[in-house]
Amino acid sequence: MTRLNALLLIAIIACALAVITSQHRTRKAFVDLESEQAATKKLEEEWTQLQLEQSTWATNKRLEATASKQLGMRLPDPTTTVILTLEAGARE
Amino acid sequence: MKFEERTPQLRLKLEGWRSRLVLVLVLGGFAALMARAFYLQAMATDFLQAKGEARYGRVVEMPASRGPVKDRNGQPLAISTPVESIWASPEGLEIDEAQLRALSRALALEPQELRQKIAHKDRQFVYLKRQISPDQAAKVMALGISGIFQQREYRRYYPAGEVMAHVVGFTGMEDSGQEGIELAAEGRLAGLPGSRKVIKDRKGRIVEDVESLRAPRDGEEVTLAIDQRLQFLAHRELKAAVATHHARGGALVILDAKTGEVVALVNQPDYNPNNRANLTGRKTRNRSVSDLFEPGSTLKPFTIAAALDSGVVKPDTTIQTAPGSMTIGAWTISDAHPHGALTVAQVIQKSSNVGAAKIMLAMPAERMGMLYRDLGFGAAPQSGFPGEAKGKLRPWTQWRPIEQATMSYGHGISVSLLQVARAYTIFTNDGRLLPISLLKRESQPIGKPIVSRATAREVTRMMEMAVSAEGTAPRAQVPGYRVAGKTGTAQKPEGGAYAEHKYVSSFVGFGPLSDPRFIVAVMLDEPAGEKYYGGDVGAPVFSSVMGAALRTLSVPPDAPQTLNVQAGALTEVEARAPTRIEEPPRAALSPGVQG
Repeated sequence: MTRLNALLLIAIIACALAVITSQHRTRKAFVDLESEQAATKKLEEEWTQLQLEQSTWATNKRLEATASKQLGMRLPDPTTTVILTLEAGARE
Repeated sequence: MKFEERTPQLRLKLEGWRSRLVLVLVLGGFAALMARAFYLQAMATDFLQAKGEARYGRVVEMPASRGPVKDRNGQPLAISTPVESIWASPEGLEIDEAQLRALSRALALEPQELRQKIAHKDRQFVYLKRQISPDQAAKVMALGISGIFQQREYRRYYPAGEVMAHVVGFTGMEDSGQEGIELAAEGRLAGLPGSRKVIKDRKGRIVEDVESLRAPRDGEEVTLAIDQRLQFLAHRELKAAVATHHARGGALVILDAKTGEVVALVNQPDYNPNNRANLTGRKTRNRSVSDLFEPGSTLKPFTIAAALDSGVVKPDTTIQTAPGSMTIGAWTISDAHPHGALTVAQVIQKSSNVGAAKIMLAMPAERMGMLYRDLGFGAAPQSGFPGEAKGKLRPWTQWRPIEQATMSYGHGISVSLLQVARAYTIFTNDGRLLPISLLKRESQPIGKPIVSRATAREVTRMMEMAVSAEGTAPRAQVPGYRVAGKTGTAQKPEGGAYAEHKYVSSFVGFGPLSDPRFIVAVMLDEPAGEKYYGGDVGAPVFSSVMGAALRTLSVPPDAPQTLNVQAGALTEVEARAPTRIEEPPRAALSPGVQG
């Protein structure tokens, strides 16, 4: 009887310690999760800013100005344009 | 000898009640403890847990961002990006002279200005600078001055600026839509902030999620039918035309001829949604959707379609329009240029008012009234834009003969440009009217049959004649492509009469005719130059927009033989390119992205 009681006592102490440890680990893991979620949020925000920057640099107005002024590009002269007709089904 | 007799102490026996008393007391003590424990655990548990949670539990707000607006190819048209606002509590501010200078540098504010802001020591809240980039805010917070705080906000940016202004609209304070699609799609775009209950540790870190009170919901992405490239072309051409002809305003709509999607919609004058300091109603008005005008001759094709469809005339029926005017009661209808006997096709080609009126009067009023109603005139087009105008279409039972006659060439009826453009879908879809949509469509709508396929083809052929050298709008021709269209030059009604020199010039057309892709409708309000005819004002805009749109989308030319005829027309664009290369306002547009 006494031995059984001692055994149960040890078991219950072990269980209690296990609960404490797992609770601690849960909280630690949760802190990690939180910081990862914050990082996700930060990356998403950076993504919107990059999209914004990209679209600002790529506005048609700016592209057109760069093409015609800096690079000296122009629309092809119709007299030198050759229209090629594709074979039937070649578009697919 | 007995044990008790040898040890006399044991004979001193305690009274029995004393041990019982102790036992009762001990048991009583236990009972009291158990009662107390029961009370705390079972009866007062809610109160105690609430108190405990109040010590370490916190409710945290979870912000949600507003959804982006994109064009049909996924280009962003409106994006929310986080910014920080720096505020101070002058009451609790501890700052010395060196810190003040450092702070003014970090905020890019004059030290004097900063001093003024924090001068009132009794105030608890004052913004030092609103909506700065997160990077800049981090530098400010790194100074570690107590009494300075930051607050997260979202700011909406419109990368396409004034090109998209009337379509996308803008948001006001509190991040809610005020105009355009921002208003129309508010329910889908708006984010719903959430909140949750957490446990924080001594250092303020969140250690446990207790429960989610409300999950945050980010706004949905809204994809428009607009193609940013075509929108840009349309904006550039319309702006140039309004400037050339000194018009009060203008509007241009491009519809996809097969799906009814609005692929471009621009208005002049416009505004920059990123900087709304000088906003006026004149600039924000979405003319193509909410302004009504008497369209004039752009409605003639429908009169002819109704007549052909009901068999009143055939395409080669001759109509006598000489001497170029006709009298109905007290009114006289006249042509701009007198013609003789015209076929029905030539009535469209030459845009004869008398011819159209005669054809109209040969039909019962009901026929035309029902056609106009079926085409959607007098009813909101349901495009999803806020502030759609319905237009005015009087019931045909009340039409007098003169009204019936003027109605044949688009007077006595008021419509929006979007309605006219939509009505033209019957010519690109074998007589079926398409519903229009501002949002990208996944499937092609079937449309409602209005006139027969043969009639639609026949009227299209007549409108192709209108853009020929003998028609009213040779300048609408697009090198390399077959197009068709109709001019409109309408006097503006003003105070019950028609104003002498105020016109609305318009052109509506579509192409390429072998397989129509786009319907382009353009309208200029009160062109003040010498030219005001739709064929001189509207048609060239149609030509350059249609040509550029077809080339942009690599639509194969269906009339390559015409390419070499007008060699000059294609290089026009180059001459009009902006003269100054503008660096995008990078710092202003993209917070937090440092070079």
